[in-house]
Amino acid sequence: MTTQQIFSPLPGIFYRKPAPDKPVYKNDGDVVADSDTIGLIEVMKSFNEVKAGAAGKILRFLAENEEAVMAGQPIAEIDV
Amino acid sequence: MAIKKLLIANRGEIAVRINRAARELGIATVQVYSRADKDSLAVRLADEAIDIGPPQASKSYLNQAVILDAARSTGADAIHPGYGFLAENAEFAAAVEAAGLIFVGPTAQSIRLMGDKVAAREAAAAAGVPTVPGSAGRLETAEAAFALVDKTGFPVMIKAAAGGGGRGIRIARSADEFHHLMPQAQAEALAAFGDGGLYVEKLIEGARHIEVQVLGDGHDVIHCFERECSLQRRRQKVWEEAPSPSLAPAVRETLCASAVALAKAVNYRGAGTLEYLYDDSTHEFYFLEMNTRIQVEHPVTEMITGIDLVREMIRIAGGERLRIRQDEVRVCGHSIEVRINAEDPSKNFMPNPGTVSALSVPTGDGVRFDTMLYQGYTVPPFYDSLLGKLIVHDKDRPSAIRRLERALAELQVEGLATTKPLHQALARDAEVQAGRFHTAWLEPWLESHAAALTAPPPAAKVAP
Repeated sequence: MTTQQIFSPLPGIFYRKPAPDKPVYKNDGDVVADSDTIGLIEVMKSFNEVKAGAAGKILRFLAENEEAVMAGQPIAEIDV
Repeated sequence: MAIKKLLIANRGEIAVRINRAARELGIATVQVYSRADKDSLAVRLADEAIDIGPPQASKSYLNQAVILDAARSTGADAIHPGYGFLAENAEFAAAVEAAGLIFVGPTAQSIRLMGDKVAAREAAAAAGVPTVPGSAGRLETAEAAFALVDKTGFPVMIKAAAGGGGRGIRIARSADEFHHLMPQAQAEALAAFGDGGLYVEKLIEGARHIEVQVLGDGHDVIHCFERECSLQRRRQKVWEEAPSPSLAPAVRETLCASAVALAKAVNYRGAGTLEYLYDDSTHEFYFLEMNTRIQVEHPVTEMITGIDLVREMIRIAGGERLRIRQDEVRVCGHSIEVRINAEDPSKNFMPNPGTVSALSVPTGDGVRFDTMLYQGYTVPPFYDSLLGKLIVHDKDRPSAIRRLERALAELQVEGLATTKPLHQALARDAEVQAGRFHTAWLEPWLESHAAALTAPPPAAKVAP
């Protein structure tokens, strides 16, 4: 097993939930597939999904819900 | 009470615009900013600037308590909300006044009334202003709906009362279709929204979006004629002009008079806009809603009338009566505004924040560029993508379009993609030049002109 990071593809606000009243996409420890959505980045009022990009298990999130992130900033770690 | 120090509770180009108007009136300015905006042009121009929190608008520009504290701590006596954020928030307008400060805009009561679709529609009807024919409220039965449709005529839109964002809409073009679609719509509304309530509205096909600018002082109201904003993408205006190329003088007169009647009926104070759908095949217009704030596209009205709307709204907020009589408002020439956004039109308008590595702003007679940009500025990703508005004015519409093409060719924003190629393609389009468009025109045009938006535009002949 190796640890891999998921990077934000865009600068903006990171959201872990699809809507404020919905549960988070993924929790620490969840198993994810390559194409699973782990969060959203809001850039200039448009919302873009962040995919896991690899199959594995989420170790932890490095960015908080509603945190401002830069493009290329690591937002989660997965065990692949 | 004249305003001495104005707090600007907004950002971007409108904050810059308000700062300039205040300065010209001899009013000191306080610019609030989120931490993403500390290097903004608005902050640079203001007399004072005050940090109101993190980049997220919900924690800064929308945080009413923090903004009120900023006003108190800087000794500002008035707050201008700009557009968006808190501009049409009745609770905020009331809180500003409760704090003993001036809200540069209408009363909380006016904001509340016009913000409620049903109440606004009722106010319009009471003032004799036509609204889109349809059911005033929800219809529970197919019989009730059909009785109504029989009066309005076809085509009609059947909408779910609990729906929104274009969901739960059916279009019926005949009685047969209506009887077929009505139960479907009802079942779908029930399944999707847990509420089978429907309402019905006449569908105005190929309608144009026309809006009337008004100024009121709480007693009198004048209009500053209309703007046409039919070129829209995802219900966002991209190109606005004044006067409308589609209105006959007699219709213009009735339309503008109806706007004044409605604004007077609600004792409107400040700058406001009444939006209408206009059917140019029947010359009928229908009131949609009122925006109780200054709008993005206000400059085209300023260019054709010579009235500084932002200065006027600040003066009115300071307690002055209207200084302009209706018969003094005259239209001179034609004006067009295009929105320059940080979006890439060749990539489905993907937002494109970044650093402005080089900037060349068009100048010359009849050209105005209201912007937040300067060379070296990094556009933050947290807010909307509007970078600036290019506004031109000339003696007539064809000359204004040629001037727009000239000014667009001179405008160079390097370091990020902008919507400039879209406007260049629109200005060259024969239908746009002929003024033949409506609110549903631009989206299919974008589909069929994708190539025009990726091809490099003709090079500027005048390189600065």
